[in-house]
Amino acid sequence: MKFKTFFWFVAPSVFMMLLFIAAPLISVFIQSFQITQPVMQQIEVETCTPGFLTQTCVTEVKTVPVINEETGRTETTTAWVGFQSYQNVLQMDKFWSAIGSGNWGEILQIDFWKALRFTLMFTLVTLPLVIGVGLMIALAVNNAAKSLRGPVIFVSLLPFIITPVIGSLSIYWLFVGDGILTATLERWTGQDIAMFAQAWTIELLMYFYRVWHVAPFAFVIFYAGLQTVNMDTLESAIIDGASRFERLRYVIVPHLMPLIIFIALIHLMDCYRVFDEIIGFRSQAHVISLQWLTFDFLTPDDAGNRAISRAAASAMLTMVGIVILLILPLRRTWRDHKGGAH
Amino acid sequence: MSKATAQPLSLKLASGAFLAFWCLIAAFPIAWIAVMSVKSPRDAFDASAWNVITGPATRAAGNGLSFLDILLGLIVLYFAIRWAFTKLSRLVEQFSPPGFIVLGWLVGAAVYGLLFVLIFFGALPVIFGALNSIAGPLGTPILGLTTEHYVAVWAENQFYRNFINSMIVTAGVVTVSLTVGTLAGYGLARSGSNLAFWLLIIALVFRALPHSVLVAGYLPWFINSAEILRPILGDLSPTLYGQPWAIIAVLVAINQPFTIWMLRSFFQNIPSELDEAARVDGCSHFQAFRRVIMPVMWPGVITTGLFSFLLGYNDFLVTALLLDAQNQTMVPAIAGYFNRETTTTDQVEAVAAAVSITAPLFLLVMVFQRQIVSGLTAGAVKG
Repeated sequence: MKFKTFFWFVAPSVFMMLLFIAAPLISVFIQSFQITQPVMQQIEVETCTPGFLTQTCVTEVKTVPVINEETGRTETTTAWVGFQSYQNVLQMDKFWSAIGSGNWGEILQIDFWKALRFTLMFTLVTLPLVIGVGLMIALAVNNAAKSLRGPVIFVSLLPFIITPVIGSLSIYWLFVGDGILTATLERWTGQDIAMFAQAWTIELLMYFYRVWHVAPFAFVIFYAGLQTVNMDTLESAIIDGASRFERLRYVIVPHLMPLIIFIALIHLMDCYRVFDEIIGFRSQAHVISLQWLTFDFLTPDDAGNRAISRAAASAMLTMVGIVILLILPLRRTWRDHKGGAH
Repeated sequence: MSKATAQPLSLKLASGAFLAFWCLIAAFPIAWIAVMSVKSPRDAFDASAWNVITGPATRAAGNGLSFLDILLGLIVLYFAIRWAFTKLSRLVEQFSPPGFIVLGWLVGAAVYGLLFVLIFFGALPVIFGALNSIAGPLGTPILGLTTEHYVAVWAENQFYRNFINSMIVTAGVVTVSLTVGTLAGYGLARSGSNLAFWLLIIALVFRALPHSVLVAGYLPWFINSAEILRPILGDLSPTLYGQPWAIIAVLVAINQPFTIWMLRSFFQNIPSELDEAARVDGCSHFQAFRRVIMPVMWPGVITTGLFSFLLGYNDFLVTALLLDAQNQTMVPAIAGYFNRETTTTDQVEAVAAAVSITAPLFLLVMVFQRQIVSGLTAGAVKG
């Protein structure tokens, strides 16, 4: 295919990505070093209240935003502030003082570090669980009678396809207050249980939700991979006296290795932007994630202001994280490409 | 299967038990909220599972199904579903003009859905009411069931507005991202150049970006777009914030990396001899694409379209931040229920809204199960 033809085929798609992905990235990068504030002015206001004989008048200096005469909006100024927004998000002074005093726990009181801790832990804890559970379901389905496989795949796809916010809500309703599962647990243990009163139980439910939501995806891919396992290799392994577990360990898992890497990569990307769980479980008071932090800065506060520059700084920091996570897999792809047929 | 690979009974049992356990876990939360949504608030949040299922308080309030209702209802349901899978498909194929079979299905499904709702919620209760009064013991309610929460959500809280917005956004996302993505996917599949490789890698990096990063980039521009665009467009310049079509553009762009990766792997499966033959016969690349590739690409395009649909339909973050209250889609709208979720009635209404959002997805899996599975594996196996 000639370059010109190729160009016209991909042009609309590349244009969309440049305009709506690359350009916003540059915009966020610039905003994170700027701060936009309403212009304030100080005016003297004399307020008089009726009094006996004479009025009582008080003169005070008030700070009010300047309103543009023509448009009726408040005027704003934009100033370069360097790394100040980053500093506001990272709060390095508190960070170092926490380390200096040896109270490591205090670091987790700062929103950003709290969110980072949860996001990384969430990603790393769910990854092996998703791969393990997915592989187990795939093996079990492969074992089951042919007529059962269709219905099982149908049921398994439901948690995967459900809207993430709704999925986490459906689990939230099972455990909230006197939800059915909390009530059952209370009956078994004889204790009063509140799943949403402390951080660690919420986190457990979030891990559970994520595995429930993503394991079907891993299952379907592993199941497709299991159909192409080389039967000859498997039979020769049996002749060599390999036990069932050894066959799984030395024949099937190596065969599925490319798929495991694929799932791990996709899971890494998706888990790092964990967000919908925070909304569904309403956990913002206890557990927050990096993407939720940016979302929170972007949501208007009670006065209707959005902390755009702080959101930009936290967005840039989030992006740095995903780039670090992706460097290794991307280098591998690049080596494969170099070593490939091209 | 040979004797050596035959499994001992214990292993078979364990594997079967595990599978049953997984199916229970997979279906339980969804099935349970569906049950909760048709009970009165007191039953829905009852501590005893049996009470939630049978709904004594709902029954006491006069909303219940008798044995006769359940039996006849199931029979009607069975025939309705069977009819959908046999006669409906034949009708659709008969009446839709050639080449517009997808459109025909959409119209057919909509008409069928409407008829189903009319018969099930309009005609049947009247008939059953009459039957129950003469049926004696078989006609007394045994299972509490009420649709009042759905009525409250859809009619009183005007959830249908959110539904329409969701449909506009998802329809837009699917059409635009498939049009743009098909061209790019074909180009990428047929070009082995380094540039194509780099485009794919950059797309992969873009796919990994958290959406909040992008939204942080859009927000200031979208809010002030009327003033920014004024020098170019004059007084017609729109405020992009709150516009459904701006959301469509944003979601299409966010979805583009995934779409082109998936469509590329589908196009690689179409033998390139096909378009080369067309080129030999004197077609240009675009003509070859239109006349030879387009007729055979639909399975891959439908599969990719399903995933675009899911992205548009399931999105919370982008729509919550970039749409205002009047144009809100369904998923962010449900967040409105949290904020005023003070009474248990509000909670059950939120449950009913959640089930309403899930129902179309349930139908989607039912109809397109094979395409979804093939779509999931296409990206992985081809790399």
